[in-house]
This record gives sequence, structure tokens and C-alpha cells, in this order.
Amino acid sequence: MISRPRSYVGLLVVPALSILLALLVASVIIIASSLIGPEKKINLLLPLVAYRSLLAGSFGNFKGIANMIVAATPLMLTGLAVGVGLKAGLFNIGGTGQVLMGGFAASLTGVLLTGASPWIAIPAALLVGMLAGALAGFIPGFLKAFTGAHEVVTTIMLNALVQLLVSGLVNDVFRAPGFSFARTAPVGNAELTGVAGTNLHFGVIFALVCIPISYWLLWRTTVGFEIRAVGANPTAALYAGMKPRRTMMLTMSLCGAFAGLAGAIEVLRLGYYPAVFGTSIGFDGITVALLGQSHPFGIMLSALLLGAMRAGAPLMQIQARVPVEIIDVIQGIILIFLAAEIVVRKIFRLRTPQEGTGELQTITRTYGEKVVG
Amino acid sequence: MDFLLDIPVLGFILQFLVYLVNVIGNGHIAPIILGLAAPIALGALCGVMNERSGVVNIGIEGMMLFSAYIAFMTALFVHQAFPAEPSQLFGATPALISGVLAGVIAGVLISLLHAWLSISIRADQIISGTIINITALGLTSYLNRLIKPFDSAGTFRSFRPPAGLIELPGVGWLFEMFTAVGPIAMSTIVLVIIVQILLFRSRWGLRTRAVGEHPKAADTVGINVIGLRYRNVLIGGVFAGLAGAYLTLEATGSFQNNMTAGRGFIALAAMIFGRWTPLGAFGGALLFMGSQAIGVAIRLAPPVGDLGTFLFGIQQAYPSLYNNFFTGLPYLLTIIVLAGVVGRSNAPAADGKPYEKESSS
Repeated sequence: MISRPRSYVGLLVVPALSILLALLVASVIIIASSLIGPEKKINLLLPLVAYRSLLAGSFGNFKGIANMIVAATPLMLTGLAVGVGLKAGLFNIGGTGQVLMGGFAASLTGVLLTGASPWIAIPAALLVGMLAGALAGFIPGFLKAFTGAHEVVTTIMLNALVQLLVSGLVNDVFRAPGFSFARTAPVGNAELTGVAGTNLHFGVIFALVCIPISYWLLWRTTVGFEIRAVGANPTAALYAGMKPRRTMMLTMSLCGAFAGLAGAIEVLRLGYYPAVFGTSIGFDGITVALLGQSHPFGIMLSALLLGAMRAGAPLMQIQARVPVEIIDVIQGIILIFLAAEIVVRKIFRLRTPQEGTGELQTITRTYGEKVVG
Repeated sequence: MDFLLDIPVLGFILQFLVYLVNVIGNGHIAPIILGLAAPIALGALCGVMNERSGVVNIGIEGMMLFSAYIAFMTALFVHQAFPAEPSQLFGATPALISGVLAGVIAGVLISLLHAWLSISIRADQIISGTIINITALGLTSYLNRLIKPFDSAGTFRSFRPPAGLIELPGVGWLFEMFTAVGPIAMSTIVLVIIVQILLFRSRWGLRTRAVGEHPKAADTVGINVIGLRYRNVLIGGVFAGLAGAYLTLEATGSFQNNMTAGRGFIALAAMIFGRWTPLGAFGGALLFMGSQAIGVAIRLAPPVGDLGTFLFGIQQAYPSLYNNFFTGLPYLLTIIVLAGVVGRSNAPAADGKPYEKESSS
């Protein structure tokens, strides 16, 4: 059975309610933590103050909206990196490593093409970033297809390995002289600079284009059909004459390419690659994909939502003195409610649909055993 | 025999092996290996408890992290309220002991969430584990930023075995390995053996394995599948909690964001490597983390001769990559072992499949 969207309204209800419930639970946490926070007394209004400055930081003015879109841009891509994988029954939590690979490769390309015109340097750097990300995605895909090593473990291990390798390379080989910390040389003309006095940059277009492309790929092409068929049932796909192994490697490479592009955009926006590139976009992609129900347009919406939270969080930390890490807590709680869909439906007395999506069952089924053949 | 060591490549490898045997036997490195392996082994025990009864748990990482934080903070609060001199035995204080207890309770509470999501709600178990990892990371970073602890309750101290014991020729290092460590690391090997025996020699073990292999058959003969799964997942939480407490109260004495650094996943790989047996998983943990200990050994007792010159040269030219190589070895070994082992080992048949009584559907 290849899952079809039930109906678009139906797809939106549970995520929206989960967000609502998560914000409620998070406000309880904020109230409780006001007791141990800097003021040491219970402040019942603190959640409202926090959420208001969160909104003001992301929707308050044109600059805020621009920041939100800029924050959402890489999240759409890392969301696709998880979501497209889920369609094939693969759970790609290696976004972090793929982002770092893509970003590092893009920065080197920028340094190499430092004299070239932006029209050449930017696309070239983004393309190389995508390819590097695809390579980082291909490795766990290959291991899963031919050895059965589950991608959840291998991708996490690769995240750590890529981080160690790339930071070692920046420190020992590509370190630019004259800076107080280890970083690469400036990417020169490949830098994605803001336009119209905001942080908006041309990379946004690349991310926005990937959304309809992946929709088209998944539902309008043979490759997409094979991806979804393998996700629904690899064994059946094999008997139907498809090649699940090839599809797995292809899907993981595609996922890696999306994440690599996200990393490339972030690094080109920064203008250089720092040895310690702390970014949460890889892991945020998991939330974005699950919240968006692995559907490209759902991923776009939830990336915008999470982007708004990320863009508004610094203002919230200044005004309400609630640490930005509350966003990570909210994400976690949203996911708990999404997973406990039945509970959410009971709370709001919604009807329970018959069967859930088939891909998720494939993920756990293939854990610790050979996938096909 | 020395001419063997002069053969190009092969001699080099021989030199390295000679060095390894030497440093493990005489370099006092063995307790360090057990220290690094203890949280992995405890995490793997958590995995064994879960998966033998048919529940996939990739949330071990988050359980460890959350327990590490709760253990550290509890110890800190008790330490500030009732400061006490470290006792003779392991340097234990009321603060440290209550920290360990709190860590264990935290581990059990988080595994209750996992049990509820994956057994009662029948949510996807891999998603449930991931959610636990994300939530634990977010919550601990949030609280850590909010409270910013500067003080510390200190750590447990390692036991000092009598010198005569560890200087025994040939086996001294083994005694040193299992005695010259702190209380949690020392209890790890005991727990591993206990779970190994219970799992394969007791009624509970038989029932657990039955529920993990064929829950329907187990149900038919009157075993409470849901209840047993709940109980085992919660006991697994005890082990994950101990692993977390180990990190903050025995290994470091401080808490850093994301300090588990993938240990929960290495634990899973150790479990798979050990074919879902506690002893095998313990061996896997020693193997994975032993590779990291080599880096420590080389720093403490640098090898001499060609090998030493070679390593020193690399270290001079690429200091960062050199260090990161040893830090990364356990991750690399995990991938290699997983790729080599999975196809030839069998997970419990009902692993990851929620159980539903037929009458209720």
C-alpha cells in the first residue's frame, strides 16, 4: 500500500493541534523555570511575554519577516533531506554531517573561485556543496543497501566523524592566517550577501525551487514511484522488478544533496567556514519533516514556522530572558504529541483514520536485519 | 626476532602490536579502557533489556543525557545543602549517592515515556527514540543555560587495589582493570554478568526472550506481554540512568551540553555486535572504546623507535587531525563493525513490532 495524502485539511489538523498543545506545555515549563531563573519568583505572564517577543522578532516588521525567511531557507532543505528519505523508508538523521560536508566543500570552492564573477562562483559553490552532501548521504545509503547497517546508527556516527575530519582539516590545512580563530579564507564573490537592506539573499530561491521539484519527483516520475514503493514494502518492490538497493542509495544521496545545499547556503551567507561550525539546521530538519508529514509543501510550511521561532528567539531571550534553547524544548514536545497522534485525537475528539503511513513501519522493520535479498 | 620488526609495512604493524600488548599489560591503561567502556556497556544493557523483549530503543542517548544532567544537578544541590567530606570508600558523599539515585530515577521516568509511546500508543519506536533524543538535548541545554552551575559536587574516586595484586605478572593488568576504577564502572561488569545469567537461565529471562521472539505464542501460554515489556523497558532505564550518572559523577564532575556525544548509539552498535547478549555487548564496548584509549596510551607512554618517530611526525604536521583521529576511532569502528556484523546476526524476531491482542482490534 502506498500511502496517499488523506486530504490536505486532514493532514494539517493534527500538526496544528500538536503545535498548540506544545506551546501550552512549554508555557508551563517557562512558568516553572521562572522560579529557578534569574528572578527567582513565579511569573505567570512570562510565557505570554516570551511568545509576544517571539512573534515580534519574526513578524514584527519587514526585517523580521526577512530574517524568518532566511532562517527557514536551510530548514526547508534539511526538512526535505529527512522527508524524502522517509518516503523511501529511510530515516536520515545524518543531516548535521551532510550540512557540514556541503558547507565545507562550498567554502573551498568559493576560495578557489575567489576572482570569478558571482554568477559563476555562487552556482559552482552551491553545486559542489550539493555533491559533497550527496557523498555524505551515499555512504550510509550504500551501507544500508549492501550490509543492512541501519542508517540511524551509521548517520549519527558519520555526523561525529565529519565534524572531526572537517574541523581537523580547517585547523591543520585550510586555516587562513590573520584571524584569531581557525577558519577558512573568505569565499570572495561566492558570498550570499543580503539585498534591499535585509538579510534576504539569492539562496532563498534555490531552496524554494527544491520544494516543487521534490513534489514533482516523488509523485510525477518513475523514480519517485520507486522511492515510495520501496518505502512501503522493499520486498514487494523487489518482486515487482524494482531495485530497492539502487533506490536506497539514490534516495540517501538525494537527501544528502539537499542537506549539503543547506550547508552550502549557510556557509556562503557567513562568508567563510569556521572550524567549529555549530548549527542546529541538521537536527531541526527532523522536526520539520515529521511536522510536515514528509510532504514537500508541509515541509515548506513547518520550515517557515520553525524559521519564525529561530528568527524570533534572540529577541525573546533579550526581552523575556527565556533562553533560546526553549525552541528545542518546544520542538521536542511538538514531536511527542505528533507521535502520540491518538492522544491528540482523543483530546480534541477527532475521528481516528484507518491506517497510518506505511513508510514509518518500514523504518523499524528493517532495523538490525538485512533489508532485501 | 628483532629483524621481523624491520620489514617495511609488516614490521611496522608488528611494532604497533608489540607496543599495544606492552602498554595494556604494563601501562596502567586497562582501567582507562574500562572507564571509557562502562557507559557504553551500561547503555548496551539498556538496549538488551528493551530489544530482547521486542522494543527498539534508539533513545538511549537521550536517556543517558537527561540522567547525566539530573544526576549532576541533584548532587550539586545536596552538596550545597549538606556539604560533607568524601568518605574512605570511593570518596562517596551523600551528594554523590543521591545524585546517582536521581539519575537512575530520571532514566526510569524517560523510559516510561518511551514505553508508553511504543507499547501503549504503538507509535513508531524509532521515531519515539528520536523524539527522546531531541527532547533530552533541548531540555538539558535549556536548563543548563537557565541555571548555569559553576560549582560541582566532585566525583567518585577510583578504588586503590593493593599493589601486590596489580603487579602480578601476566594477569595483574586484568585485576587492575576491574578494581582500579570507580563504583559505577566496577558495578558495570557485575550487572553485565547478572543480566547475562538471568536472561539465559531464569524464568524471567525465558519469558523475556519469548516475548521478544513470538509475543503471540507467549500470550497464549499466559505471559502478560504488555506488562513484561513495560517492566523490561523501565529496568533498561535504570541502566541508562547509571550510564548518565557515570558521565557526570564519576568521569568528569561537570555537565556539558550534548556530553553523551553519540555514546548511546555506540552502545546500540555494541549490542548488535554482541548479538543481543550482555557479555557480547560488553566485549563490543571494550573493543570500541579501547580504540580511543590507544590515543590516551600514546600520549601517556609514547612508543619508541620507527613507530614513535612516525607518529610524532604526524602529530607535529597535523596536530588537530591527529587528535581527532583517535577521538573518531570508536565512531569509525562502530560503522565498520555494524556493516560487517548485521547481515550475519539476528535481531529478536518481534523487535520493533508493537503487540496488539487480536480480540481488541
